[in-house]
Amino acid sequence: MSDNLTLNPSLAELCIAACSEAFRANGEVVATGVGPVPRLAASLAKLTHTPELMMTDGEAYLVEQPVPLGPRGDYRPRFAGHLPFGRFFDSAVWSGRRHAMVTPTQIDRFGQINLSQLGGTHQKPKTQMLGVRGFPGNTIYHPNSFFFPNHSPRVFVPGEVDMVSGVGYNPAKRIAGGNFNAVDLRLIVTNLCVMDFGGKDHAIRVISLHPGVTFEQVQEATGFELEAGDLRETALPSGEMLAIIARLDPHNIRASVIKDNPPARQSEGGSAA
Amino acid sequence: MSAPTVKPDKRMSPAEIVAQLSDGMTIGIGGWGPRRKPMALVREILRSDLKDLTVVAYGGADVGMLCAAGKVRKLVFAFVSLDAIPLEPWFRKAREAGQIDVLELDEGMFQWGLKAAAFDLPFLPTRVGLGTDLAELGGLKHVQSPYDDGEVLVAMPALKLDAALLHVNRSDWRGNVQGFGPDVFYDEWFAKAAAKTYVSCEELVPAMEDAYPGDAQANFVERCFVGGVVEIPCGAHPSMMSPAYGWDMKALKAYTDAARDPGEWSQVADRFVGASEADYLASVGGKEAVTALPLPVF
Repeated sequence: MSDNLTLNPSLAELCIAACSEAFRANGEVVATGVGPVPRLAASLAKLTHTPELMMTDGEAYLVEQPVPLGPRGDYRPRFAGHLPFGRFFDSAVWSGRRHAMVTPTQIDRFGQINLSQLGGTHQKPKTQMLGVRGFPGNTIYHPNSFFFPNHSPRVFVPGEVDMVSGVGYNPAKRIAGGNFNAVDLRLIVTNLCVMDFGGKDHAIRVISLHPGVTFEQVQEATGFELEAGDLRETALPSGEMLAIIARLDPHNIRASVIKDNPPARQSEGGSAA
Repeated sequence: MSAPTVKPDKRMSPAEIVAQLSDGMTIGIGGWGPRRKPMALVREILRSDLKDLTVVAYGGADVGMLCAAGKVRKLVFAFVSLDAIPLEPWFRKAREAGQIDVLELDEGMFQWGLKAAAFDLPFLPTRVGLGTDLAELGGLKHVQSPYDDGEVLVAMPALKLDAALLHVNRSDWRGNVQGFGPDVFYDEWFAKAAAKTYVSCEELVPAMEDAYPGDAQANFVERCFVGGVVEIPCGAHPSMMSPAYGWDMKALKAYTDAARDPGEWSQVADRFVGASEADYLASVGGKEAVTALPLPVF
């Protein structure tokens, strides 16, 4: 639709649309998006290309209509099913019937992720964060994707992450006889680009660049060498997608995700060709 | 009218419950982060001389306070978080000071360890932990399937608890508990993993079959796993107790801020623990204020 050219989506909205692609054709699995952009992305996927997705209200009930973010006035979610934590590992994680999109603190070239601690030792970390949470189980059992609002070498670290909280494709960590068949890292969306694990031996590969971003810029912001795929420009969200996003995020929480909430087209209002 | 005959009668006072605990014990605490935490019993521990505890919890302010007060020798955890305040500040201080030993686990491994303990097994096998640093850091061993597949798995050791503490919506004198709200998390398995489980509740009735016979499906763990019960309305404050009350974000914020200024637990313990539970409840506005706390929106 030529309308798209007159729309002025934000970079966060472009990221939501790009993240939603991770859930395309996933089938009847629980789509978990942790944080505003991944959650809106899973919701957008369910309301557009992949209606068979399952999702929760953010707590313990399954809903067929994604729940909007933040205070919601008279809106009452309607519950279709129940998925409490008491059954979560049986029903969703250890059965592989889930795809989670999360934002770890660090990720390395093997796709290993860290949410637990930075620096120091395990006995005395320099910075204690949340703990490994469910990352070890998620990454050995079901597909995972990632969203990072601030692509930098502090996130995409050189070497390895400080504490391996989630399984990656590091051959040194593959103990003999272990079953790693379900390790399935899918998509990485950042404020600069979209990447997958389709490079050599699952190396991280840039597959699309957000408008105005160069591969060199992405490489510069990454602590390890990236592969370049068939580089395209990341698609802008359509007017229909933007309307859904706006309805699901009536308080515009998405505007606070990426620093200064820039537009998707960096030269917006300038000399864009 | 004669007093009802109810046997067994498991009623205890909070002080009697804490008197059953001793230094060096391994204590499981039910709930999840800032939800369904037996905070009144935790405060009773904080008023006692107990020390050198191994605490096993999906941690929230319970873990933060026990760490801050120097009660914890070792922590078994998958996370410690106040949810809307992601990083638990007092836990963080204890960790960054190298003050406590830890066994860090995945959330699913954690409940698997409780189940191993519940079934009196030495371990249960799992793939979880493979490919991460958990096994090496935690001294977890591997085990090979004796069948044709020969798969190598992590042997998740039983998390045997000397005692478990839970907060539930209702109980009767015999320990027939009922849990409401969307999720009772792994409280059942804390109870079954423990040699003795002590339960505080919002409402205590003599006999559940007389008071609430229609709600028996909410009985998430059988009474043979409940050793002692006590009524403590608002006993989960400042954590959330669905559907009775939401978490007290103002109180949690004050508790968080205190970790920075003054940053010394001994200077603020009075505020967050109180000389007695009655004092504590009064200091946060009483039952009226707590039960008026709205449930959070997710």
